[in-house]
Amino acid sequence: MDNNNTLFTIAVFAENHVGLLNQLSIIFTRRCLNIESVTASRCSIPGVHKTTMTCYSDRVTMEKVISQIEKRIDVLKAFLYTDDEIVYQEVALYKVPTARLLDEEHLEEIIRRHGARILEITRDNTIIEKTGHSDETEALFEELKRYDIRQFVRSGRVAITKSPVELVDRFLAEQEERKLRIGD
Amino acid sequence: MSKKITGAEIIIKGLVAEGVDRVFGYPGGAIIPVYDKLYDYTDSITHVLTRHEQGAIHAAQGYARVSGRTGVVIVTSGPAATNVITGLSDAMMDSTPLVVITGQIASSLLGSDAFQETDVVGITQPITKWAYQIRRAEDIEPALARAFYIANSGRPGPVVLDFAKNAQNEEIEWKSYHKCNYIRSYNPSPDIPEADLRRVADLINAAKRPMIIAGHGVMISGAEDALRELAEKADIPVGATLLGLSSMNSDHPLFKGMVGMHGNIGPNFNTNKADVLVCVGMRFDDRVTGDPDRYATQAKIVHIDIDASEFDKNIKTSATIHGDARKALEGLLPMVRENSHREWVKTFDDANEVECEKVVKDAVSGTDPMAPPHMGEVALKVSLAAGKDPVLVTDVGQNQMLSARYFRYTAPKSIITSGGLGTMGFGLPAAIGAKMGAPERTVCYFAGDGGFQMTMQELGTIMQYGTAVKMIVLNNDFLGNVRQWQAMFYDNRFSQTPMINPDFNTIADAYGIANEKVSHRCDLDAAIARMMEYPGAFLLNVRIDECDMVFPMTPNGYPVDHIILNEDSDIFTMNDNG
Repeated sequence: MDNNNTLFTIAVFAENHVGLLNQLSIIFTRRCLNIESVTASRCSIPGVHKTTMTCYSDRVTMEKVISQIEKRIDVLKAFLYTDDEIVYQEVALYKVPTARLLDEEHLEEIIRRHGARILEITRDNTIIEKTGHSDETEALFEELKRYDIRQFVRSGRVAITKSPVELVDRFLAEQEERKLRIGD
Repeated sequence: MSKKITGAEIIIKGLVAEGVDRVFGYPGGAIIPVYDKLYDYTDSITHVLTRHEQGAIHAAQGYARVSGRTGVVIVTSGPAATNVITGLSDAMMDSTPLVVITGQIASSLLGSDAFQETDVVGITQPITKWAYQIRRAEDIEPALARAFYIANSGRPGPVVLDFAKNAQNEEIEWKSYHKCNYIRSYNPSPDIPEADLRRVADLINAAKRPMIIAGHGVMISGAEDALRELAEKADIPVGATLLGLSSMNSDHPLFKGMVGMHGNIGPNFNTNKADVLVCVGMRFDDRVTGDPDRYATQAKIVHIDIDASEFDKNIKTSATIHGDARKALEGLLPMVRENSHREWVKTFDDANEVECEKVVKDAVSGTDPMAPPHMGEVALKVSLAAGKDPVLVTDVGQNQMLSARYFRYTAPKSIITSGGLGTMGFGLPAAIGAKMGAPERTVCYFAGDGGFQMTMQELGTIMQYGTAVKMIVLNNDFLGNVRQWQAMFYDNRFSQTPMINPDFNTIADAYGIANEKVSHRCDLDAAIARMMEYPGAFLLNVRIDECDMVFPMTPNGYPVDHIILNEDSDIFTMNDNG
């Protein structure tokens, strides 16, 4: 099982119905697969909701998961990607005691080097934000550790395909055609 | 001006509009408004009051399976909803169209742990095709229409509508009912590309040793004729899965029996000899494949199914056709050449000869007139005495395997059994539903003493409705299938399989149900004849020797061509004469 360690990104386009996330997560639970991250939001198509998940597994297992996801009535389309097929980002927030930062000479250099930015500074705490890949947000976390970091949180992955074709648009167009045929 | 009516009445009107004339259920607090309205619609809808909600859903399954219509279940919230869980899971596994309406507490109380509240949608999502909670009266019509559309299209399955009490009582204007025939995220009948058909037809035309495995999907899609015509045209032997039995008549010369753990030797053994295996509307269950790594590795496997998620799930295929089995087989028919595979077909018949000699003969007959009859013997005799196109309904275990093996199938939709989930207790209520769904056919229910007692309370339903089910209890005072495994693989350690049983005849008497007991082979024929002549429900309590076992058998983890013939563990071998 040496290929069991690929991180896959799963993009699910679905109707925005109550209980959708449960329908998706039980498919992973049943196969004892751990969802590494999950993000859900609207997408460019009105009324369609996009859920992006990441999961470590092998391709055969993940392809079966994708077809089980697509089997759900409320799901329009589901896709499986490896990192090279998508552009993706995560956002991380760091809460650090302001007093500790003020003592630090290299703070500006750290923020610049990591492409991070400061969202808020109060007498007590400073909130830093960084977007990037996991390893990048992780690297800043490692560096900020010595300033007695108080909170760290990282979002799920958001991803957009590099592909020149928009498969969901095509799928929806096909469904519109099907609707017209049924209407006849 | 249209007048205002309650949500409860809308759902009843909707059921009528969907053509429902029979529902199975059990009333309770959170569904009383619906039952109150049902009282006004007794001319249109017959309600069958079972003795347990599990009985209601299994009855609806039997009704749906025998008729192809959607089974409808109405129960209340909480424990009633959880009591239908087994049936939902069973219907999901066995592709049975159901619309199950569960009462729910008022939506203002949701999540408050109110009396008889349970998270029905949350619990049922993994085991239903669709589950939806109706919280407002306006949602009822679209939800019901979608429910019926989803349940009985594509690969059929159970749908749950969790119906909050406030929505039942709410009054809104009633307009006409609109059936659903389109959901953009769900295409139940995909077009089959010509190229896919062509590719499969080429494989079939080039095959020297082709074999078809017919699954439940053949009957769901009404592809029985197309299947037979294809088999005849290209001279292809046909095996069937447990749920695919009766898709081809038992006596058709190309029908070669059942595949799977206790199936027939010919189709099982030859699964690992065929060069092209055409699998229609089936899903390569582990009971069918044995060890999947040693399943038909020599063959090109063609998989025809309406459910794309079944492709390459358990067994890697060479070609697939995604779509309705009937459309697929009808599309293949003109592309497939007339052919002859007489030598290959003969290998099935040779295997069958061995099976008859080494297994069947002993399973369906015996010499000692005072000994208890064998289970297979009872099944075959009942089937032959049951008149035109009888329906077999089984429970789960030895009774299921032996009755499925030895019943004679003369029409489609003639076996109703819990295949995927293997639900003990399924049989009796399913038989009630089957009889209601096909009143003109004789319904023969086989169960062991264990499974019979799991839903035995449904004798009350039979009593109340006079449902003329022929009940055959194969009684060995043992959980026979587990006993068989304990005998074969666990050193005769019969842990918790012996049962001390009540007198089932006395119980039948209490329900006013005609009954007889058979303990000796010599009494069997006459008792079966009396049962069949009797106009109503009848319980035949047949004494069975606890040592009776089901053979042939491919044990767990072995390839399908490793076939144990008997208790001495003799293994089937084919005489290779070239």
